[in-house]
Amino acid sequence: MNLLTVSGSPHVYTEESVSKIMYGVLFSLIPAALVSFYFFGLAAIMVTLTAIVSCMFFEFIIQKYLIKGPVTIFDGSAVITGALLAFIVPASLPLWMVVIGSLVSIGMAKMTFGGLGKNIFNPALVGRVFLMISFPVEMNMYPKPTSFSTQLTDIITGPTPLAVVKEGVAQGEKVSDLLPEVPEYVSLLMGNMGGSVGEISALAILLGGIYMLIRKIITWEIPASYLGSVMILAGILWMIDPEVYVDPLFHLITGGLMLGAIYMATDMVTSPMSRWGMIVYGIGCGFLTIVIRIFGAYPEGVAFAILIMNAFVPLINRGFKPKRFGEEVKNG
Amino acid sequence: MKTFKLGGVHPPENKLSQSAAIEVLPLPETVTIPLSQHLGVPANPVVKKGDSVKAGQLIAKGEAFISANIHSSVSGTVQKIDDVVDTSGYRKKAIVIKVEGDIWEDGIDLSKDLVKDISLSPQEIVSRVNEKGIVGMGGATFPSHVKLMVPQGKTADVLIINGVECEPYLTSDHRLMLEKAEEMLVGIQIQMKALNVDRAIIGVENNKPDAIDHLMKLIPEYPGISVEPLKVKYPQGGEKQLIKALVNREVPSGKLPIEVGCVVHNVGTSFAVYEAVQKNKPLVERVVTVTGKGVKEPSNFVARIGTPIANLIEAAGGIPENTGKVINGGPMMGKALSDINAPVTKGTSGILLFPQAETSRKPVHNCIRCGRCASICPMGLEPYLLAVLASHKRFDDCETEKVMDCIECGSCLYICPSGRPLLDQIRVGKNETGKMIRLRNR
Amino acid sequence: MNEITLISVISLGSLGTIAAIILYMVAQKFKVIEDPRIDIVADKLPGANCGGCGLAGCRALAEEIVKKESLEGMSCPPGGNEVMGEIAKVLGLEAKEQDPTIAVVRCSGSRENAPPKVKYEGDMTCAFAHNLFAGEGGCPKGCLSYGDCVASCDFDAMYMDHKTGLPVIKDNCVSCGACVKACPRSIIEIRKRGKKDRRIFVSCINVEKGGVARKNCQVACIGCGKCVKECKFDAITLENNLAYIDFNKCTLCRKCPPVCPTNAIHELNFPPRRQRPETKAEPAEA
Repeated sequence: MNLLTVSGSPHVYTEESVSKIMYGVLFSLIPAALVSFYFFGLAAIMVTLTAIVSCMFFEFIIQKYLIKGPVTIFDGSAVITGALLAFIVPASLPLWMVVIGSLVSIGMAKMTFGGLGKNIFNPALVGRVFLMISFPVEMNMYPKPTSFSTQLTDIITGPTPLAVVKEGVAQGEKVSDLLPEVPEYVSLLMGNMGGSVGEISALAILLGGIYMLIRKIITWEIPASYLGSVMILAGILWMIDPEVYVDPLFHLITGGLMLGAIYMATDMVTSPMSRWGMIVYGIGCGFLTIVIRIFGAYPEGVAFAILIMNAFVPLINRGFKPKRFGEEVKNG
Repeated sequence: MKTFKLGGVHPPENKLSQSAAIEVLPLPETVTIPLSQHLGVPANPVVKKGDSVKAGQLIAKGEAFISANIHSSVSGTVQKIDDVVDTSGYRKKAIVIKVEGDIWEDGIDLSKDLVKDISLSPQEIVSRVNEKGIVGMGGATFPSHVKLMVPQGKTADVLIINGVECEPYLTSDHRLMLEKAEEMLVGIQIQMKALNVDRAIIGVENNKPDAIDHLMKLIPEYPGISVEPLKVKYPQGGEKQLIKALVNREVPSGKLPIEVGCVVHNVGTSFAVYEAVQKNKPLVERVVTVTGKGVKEPSNFVARIGTPIANLIEAAGGIPENTGKVINGGPMMGKALSDINAPVTKGTSGILLFPQAETSRKPVHNCIRCGRCASICPMGLEPYLLAVLASHKRFDDCETEKVMDCIECGSCLYICPSGRPLLDQIRVGKNETGKMIRLRNR
Repeated sequence: MNEITLISVISLGSLGTIAAIILYMVAQKFKVIEDPRIDIVADKLPGANCGGCGLAGCRALAEEIVKKESLEGMSCPPGGNEVMGEIAKVLGLEAKEQDPTIAVVRCSGSRENAPPKVKYEGDMTCAFAHNLFAGEGGCPKGCLSYGDCVASCDFDAMYMDHKTGLPVIKDNCVSCGACVKACPRSIIEIRKRGKKDRRIFVSCINVEKGGVARKNCQVACIGCGKCVKECKFDAITLENNLAYIDFNKCTLCRKCPPVCPTNAIHELNFPPRRQRPETKAEPAEA
């Protein structure tokens, strides 16, 4: 007979594993990917594949030759970083820029901190922000959605709905005059608007979010508090002056908010641990998003909002502990 | 359906032996009775090598306040009193008795008749429970008479009976509730009398509907006792979780259940109390589940204390060829054995055999900070943090993060997708922090 | 243009002056007067902060030395007599020459000598494994071989021999004692380094009865007492089935290792014996 094994209790373990979670997230991204492939065509597919492959490649290079440690490129985390990075850049972005973004995501935001689980900032967002600052022109040219095209060059580009409204209002135009310039809300919900590869269809992203909620990959706290606080803040401003501030529903379904709230802010590594911590974090993200969108220089504030809140996560973890069992309760 | 609110997990139940009736295990050739089968100070032997003893005879006396008497479970000759390998591989003092026949001490009622009338006074009940060496049979083996004595200035108003059996695989309490329900109910009444409470609640998880039905049918005859079905969730059998689930009271951190007027006993303990008080029979045998996926006949046995575990496995169809781990207790809190010849003790509720394929832990990855351990911790702790603090030897911080509240239920290690040895590290932290606190209080 | 330059120079200059005055006043107010000798002593110390002296670090030792104005009972294991001598010179004190010491692993329960009886899985630290079970080899006092001691060593003076599963202490050990504290079983002992690094010690701490200890491990001390009889200097004592060699009394005569029936007594850094097999057979004549 073989030697008996001795180990500390418990002796049963869940079926869940890191790579199962990662591939679960990847699976949930399929609807959003399909929508973008439909609207942006081959360009979107190329950007996505380039980002995924280059992220895995850089992780491999760094783990194998720089750290000389175990190579874990198939645990799914690099794939997700790649996919998410691709989802938040324009489909028209030159592929070499995508590669640079991947290098920054993996090399700077993830591996320098010690790899999976050790990073403070969401790698994909760091990559995007880096690109946005380095290549502002290319990063602000969004291709117009068409039904499936195989065109890779000479794509017609235009501003995102958020940019249309923001610039219009800045030039003194009224919101009611600007809204007809963007597609209808139902159309926006389906993803028929200019924007980054994967962020266009709020509906497809919601679908993925629901799958992740059922799989218990994410919890409801962050998306709910994030979207809720955006709704409330935008709603207050809208009620003050509907001609200057656009209505909350518009904020909800345009730009990268849905993708950010469901995929970026909920990134396990860079979000708080306790329930109340998550809610505070979500509200912070929502508040910053609206502040940047309405008062900031950029039309879109999701990436900055989440990165700023990422920096506060250690502090939130310290301040918002889970409720301990048997803690001193008021009134006994 | 009631349950506790904070945290909890639901591992696959795998109650393979739940329909196997309790069988009496044949007597072994020798029994090895450890002197420390309970929480607290080990008992002192009162027999010598060469003495002949009868079943039920006192062989070691628990002299400290938190200690328990130990009785011979068989009749025969004391072979030696020596250090013997226990379940963990360390050597502990034990009395080894060679079995000769099966003669019981005088005054022990071995008949199966149900004795309902409780003639003893509360003080007499407590001293009888003490005398007969009853300890908590759920696994913690805390001496029961200590729990039956309400400390000065405190009052108990409800007795909680733990029939939850939240550990997967184990079925000994389940079978006991089905087969010895009336004895157990009388036992509960005895405990109620000793504690001077008029209310007792039996908490049973609803994966045992037959036991709930059976008890429901019987309780009208026993005033004050009620049965509460509970939603299946681990670790509902933890006393703090059970109190929260049944009467919605929260035992304060670092305090005992009596603080909120509750006393918790296991169904097995209630049965043992019945036998001690009504039948004058000491705790010399207990129900042990022998189960596991490879086991030929998953069974429930009544085994004498001190029987080698190997005998039980033999009786359940022998040890399967591919066995990789033998566990004393349930899969969540049981101890892996290094030697299957270790004896059955008062706290052995089950023997679990795992095939080779299921013994290995998951490969360890980096913590991905998913926070699952914190969300399922039934004590509201942050296992990921405690584990890191403990492995960096920051025991002061462990204390402020309430490591001493950890009930070592194992939910965190169970749930961790990265396969991190959270509980292993927390245990070290708990040990060292405990040492530190004791040093400071000295 | 000129005006702007002038204004900025004046405003910046005055700001800087004000800040400098504030800083100076604060520095004066919160000035801590410290014995300058502490710095001098601390400079002499190796600065490893190993804790071998029993204090929190090199600075703490320097403070303690200056405060007490004596070197009585103080030592710096990594620095040794040299450093203490220098400190003594600086402070005008007298340093007692101390014998150099080194850490010694008192277990030989390698995988060959104490074959594993079970397999362990989980957190690979001795601290946890010690609480859980007796160890893969079965000896409750034996080395667990998960390397808490190696992890605690700040001087790279230890490594784990993966073949035997035992830690090995290199000659650059400074005997700071970190490994002694890290070992949950107290297997490692600080002993006298000995002349030419020669040492003789009982490489076992098992106190079980001979037969029991031997069952788990071939090279366990079985407490037979042969070495005690052999020793002419009363350096070996036998207590709880375990022999112990007092390094202050041992003269390194090499009489005891050959008589040990289980080879539990180790001798290190000695030249090879001339007629090793014969010594056991006819000890009187040789």
